[in-house]
Amino acid sequence: MSLLAEVNQKALALGVPVSVHLDVTYRCNERCAHCYLDHDDHGEMTTAEIADLLNQLAEAGVFFLSLSGGEVFLRRDFLEIVAKARQLLFNVKVKTNGVMIREREAARLRQLGVEQIQISVYSHRPEVHEAITKLPGSLARTIRAIRFLKAQGLKVSIANVLMRGNFADQPEVARLARELGVEYTLDPTISPKMDGDTSILALRIPGSELQQVFRNPELVGDVEEFCAPPPAPGEDIMEGFPCSAGHTACYISPYGDVFPCVQFPLPCGNVRRHGFLDIWRHSPQLKEVRSIRAKHLPTCSSCSHVGTCTRCPGLAYMEGDMRGPSTADCEKSFLRTGIPSANMLMRRRQEPAGPLIQIQALAGAVQTGSPGMIN
Amino acid sequence: MAEKYIARSSAIAARMLGGEMMVMSTTDSTFFTLNEVATVIWQAADGRTPLSAIVRGRICEEFDVDAERAQRGADRFVDELSQHGILLVSDHPLINSFPPEESR
Repeated sequence: MSLLAEVNQKALALGVPVSVHLDVTYRCNERCAHCYLDHDDHGEMTTAEIADLLNQLAEAGVFFLSLSGGEVFLRRDFLEIVAKARQLLFNVKVKTNGVMIREREAARLRQLGVEQIQISVYSHRPEVHEAITKLPGSLARTIRAIRFLKAQGLKVSIANVLMRGNFADQPEVARLARELGVEYTLDPTISPKMDGDTSILALRIPGSELQQVFRNPELVGDVEEFCAPPPAPGEDIMEGFPCSAGHTACYISPYGDVFPCVQFPLPCGNVRRHGFLDIWRHSPQLKEVRSIRAKHLPTCSSCSHVGTCTRCPGLAYMEGDMRGPSTADCEKSFLRTGIPSANMLMRRRQEPAGPLIQIQALAGAVQTGSPGMIN
Repeated sequence: MAEKYIARSSAIAARMLGGEMMVMSTTDSTFFTLNEVATVIWQAADGRTPLSAIVRGRICEEFDVDAERAQRGADRFVDELSQHGILLVSDHPLINSFPPEESR
């Protein structure tokens, strides 16, 4: 077991929120087609409120702190927030589009000892990248920021969200990352908007393209191992948790709302009304999330993928039931292994609520006069 | 032998978890968890107290260990962490403030 895995296990046993994702704003200078946020300011926490929250998070034992948005640099006090976070010795990761990062910002981030900067790049071609961000000139500014950050010796990672509109450019974005000397991660996940609107799911890449991703050794390593049929789940799997959301990690919005994860919009409390630790320890919603083991999942517990599926309880929650399947992850498990999930099989069986094809006999033509059925 | 002064670097992230310190270098991302004894040395690394005084005054007082063995262990610990820039070591007292002021 790696040292980090040991730390997570210990944090789980002690009930410590070792990782927190804090969005400092939802405002953004880009209007990305796939973004799940609205970009108005509904009353962001002030600098003082965030400083107080960071004190509370440090006291609660939080070690890994992701600062994200929206675009974090739209907050004039962002570097002040980073300085406070680093003074409290958090391991700080910043997610940004980089558009507002110049030499001064890069130098200050380095000086403050930020661990990693994650920057979204959708394509190596401005016309494709900017068709997604809706900000003319954004690709050149983002790449310039990456160069400033690299020149400071910072660890930079390009995050490449895959959609129908940019899938074809994925190899070139990976090449761009290599040229720039930065890490590359890709993510085929498109989540519904936080208000429940699912229209952006139409941007998800189709299964045939996702299959190409899963069969690409440059992206997944050992394809045979990655796409292997799932082993039979043992008792440890059935007693296990789906992910760290609510167990050792949580998400806090710019308005102080606490959720199990950024992708799990179940409100658990607000740090403007209650202390963070009170919410973390006593929120009924978090307690409910923590009570769920794989064996409690009505459909997934009988699925052969239960031990290897990336089932996201947040996506399942957005589909209507945090104990239910997350359809997108069912599809991923299927596309990866070729083995349908229990959810897919059940839906397949359930689909014909009545007879699939029904023939009404003409009166008098057939003795019985009852509908004929072909299934 | 010259005294050894130790101070925690500013280029680290650190947090206590269940009585043990987690420390990560922000320079090379090396990650350590410190056991109880190492955590005591870490917390006492204020740049002003000599390592020998930390060993005598803290380790030997709080743990059932002889001074020579404790000093050897402390020296190894300091060597290892200083190689990753996590601890700063000097033969004279150190002052280390964080976060640094923004250069103008």
